[in-house]
Amino acid sequence: MDHLPALQVVLPLFCAPLCAVLGRANLAWMLALAASWLTFLISALLLHEVLQQGVISYAMGNWPAPLGIEYRIDSVNAYMLLIVSAIGAIVLTAARPIVDTRIRLPENKKPWFYAAYMLCLTGLLGMTITGDAFNVFVFLEISSLSSYVLISTGRDRRALTAAYQYLIMGTIGATFILIGIGLLYVMTGTLNMADLALRIPQVSNTRTLHVAFAFLTVGVGLKLALFPLHLWLPNAYAYGPSVVTAFLSATATKVAIYILLRMFFTLFGAEFSFKTMRLDLILLPLALIGIFSASLVAIFQTNVKRMLAYSSVAQIGYIILGISLASLTGLTAGIAHLFNHALIKATLFLALGCVSFRVGAAKLERMAGLGRTMPWTMAAFVIGGLSLIGVPLTSGFISKWYLVVGALERGWWPVAMLVLLTSLLAVIYIWRVVEVAYFKPPPENEVIREAPLALLIPTWALALANLYFGLETSLNAGVARQAAATLLGVTP
Amino acid sequence: MKQYAVLRVVIRLLLPLILLFALYVQFHGDFGPGGGFQAGVIFGAGVVLYALVFGLHNARTIFPPWLLRLGMSLGVLIYAGVGIVSLLLGGNFLGYGALDAHHPEHGQHLGILLVEMGVGITVSAVMISIFFAFAWRGR
Repeated sequence: MDHLPALQVVLPLFCAPLCAVLGRANLAWMLALAASWLTFLISALLLHEVLQQGVISYAMGNWPAPLGIEYRIDSVNAYMLLIVSAIGAIVLTAARPIVDTRIRLPENKKPWFYAAYMLCLTGLLGMTITGDAFNVFVFLEISSLSSYVLISTGRDRRALTAAYQYLIMGTIGATFILIGIGLLYVMTGTLNMADLALRIPQVSNTRTLHVAFAFLTVGVGLKLALFPLHLWLPNAYAYGPSVVTAFLSATATKVAIYILLRMFFTLFGAEFSFKTMRLDLILLPLALIGIFSASLVAIFQTNVKRMLAYSSVAQIGYIILGISLASLTGLTAGIAHLFNHALIKATLFLALGCVSFRVGAAKLERMAGLGRTMPWTMAAFVIGGLSLIGVPLTSGFISKWYLVVGALERGWWPVAMLVLLTSLLAVIYIWRVVEVAYFKPPPENEVIREAPLALLIPTWALALANLYFGLETSLNAGVARQAAATLLGVTP
Repeated sequence: MKQYAVLRVVIRLLLPLILLFALYVQFHGDFGPGGGFQAGVIFGAGVVLYALVFGLHNARTIFPPWLLRLGMSLGVLIYAGVGIVSLLLGGNFLGYGALDAHHPEHGQHLGILLVEMGVGITVSAVMISIFFAFAWRGR
């Protein structure tokens, strides 16, 4: 039990090369599946332990912190670990039919897909669990490189250029992060986050530290697709295979947001980030413009996957909006939306995976009549869509509620109005799909069957989770509140 | 490259030294500068040099794709495996001290040696694979 923090990362890491040498896609899938569910179990145990006993610290290689690499788990990253590993396991459960038919890899290379998936999971979990700033960068590279590979396996040849574009932008982002970490190391002589948090206030008046802060913010902003830096995202999500999109949209950007939270609140402290650097003045307008413009662009997309990708940019805007409020309620909203949006987007993209498995591509015109021919798939899509809009009784409502309350607490009622208004934009683009699927007749000359159960069951598990966490909010909102309190250093 | 006799002879003389130097850097890594990554790159560069002068086909016979694929995975498995063994022996992950119960410093030595070996194997296999992936295109 003491070694759970190490196993959380080591299990998928060990599994990745095994998948690669197995040589048979089915065996590799089963191995990866077992590993990913075990990882999920470990993260659930870790969250339980953290909530019961407080912070867990694990010294890698028995080297004590701050010299050695420390894995440090508090309520914030235990919560993130749960999100990442849960989505990783559920999406991988659905992956097999799609990997068998819908990715552009020869049969003997398919085990490598699962190896890349496992490596990506390793990287994301590692970024979340570690308490060492340089280790964050290492795991960031592991997750990024494997996600470029995963995206490039998309059937559409444009997946290659999309992955390349992401590679360039992602590398610039990672370089910025590395420069930021390097400057921090120069100023403080330490890389351990807890140690950095102690030493940064002593040098917080220096220009170097301000520059480090700027580099880190922009670098992480690139990785999480903050509004003006989001241009890599729509193509990468639209042309990557559906399982990859479902996995990455629900986890990769979320982990980047977690890094942002760690940086603003743990490393530099809310005082420095929001009072000295006036970060709220930058983040708030960017978040609002991002929500508006991305939602508007989403309305005019004909490729449904691309539409949801733009909607992801908008949803990231909501999360950043919550963070920029820098209050307990605002931060709770942001962190709860990390969880809820991961559920929502995984549901929607997996439903689209079902669609493209049967009709070929997730084009709007190809979805005509699917409400009749694929009723279960489209019902799951509708639940995900309602949750995306933020209809009461779905999980999306919870985060929108906290967001509006948080904005009103600060007296920013125009912001609250804008949140409600932009939800209407989400109604429009979800409605376009619903209209085509339910009110247009299915094409007469082809027979479309319901998606196979192997895809439907994970999709529905996620859809039901959307409803469940809309009613039972102790996990998504309750733990989020505790995490927000940990970050702000107050009692909830 | 058949006509460049000088080049072929010189490379033939240098290659063993290059590969030997790679091994030196590999096993000197726990005492001084060096280690698995650098050694893997030097080793890979040696193979690339061989392929440039003596032809891609010959190089591919020595390092067939299956061997490279195995090497890439094997290195990571060695690395993580050492970590797991030290975990089973009662240390933390990668706590090499646990590898030798009576002399932790011997355990440290053994652990870093094995881990660096894993790194070396993976890095050299990846370097060679990247070169082959580009050079073999269109054949």
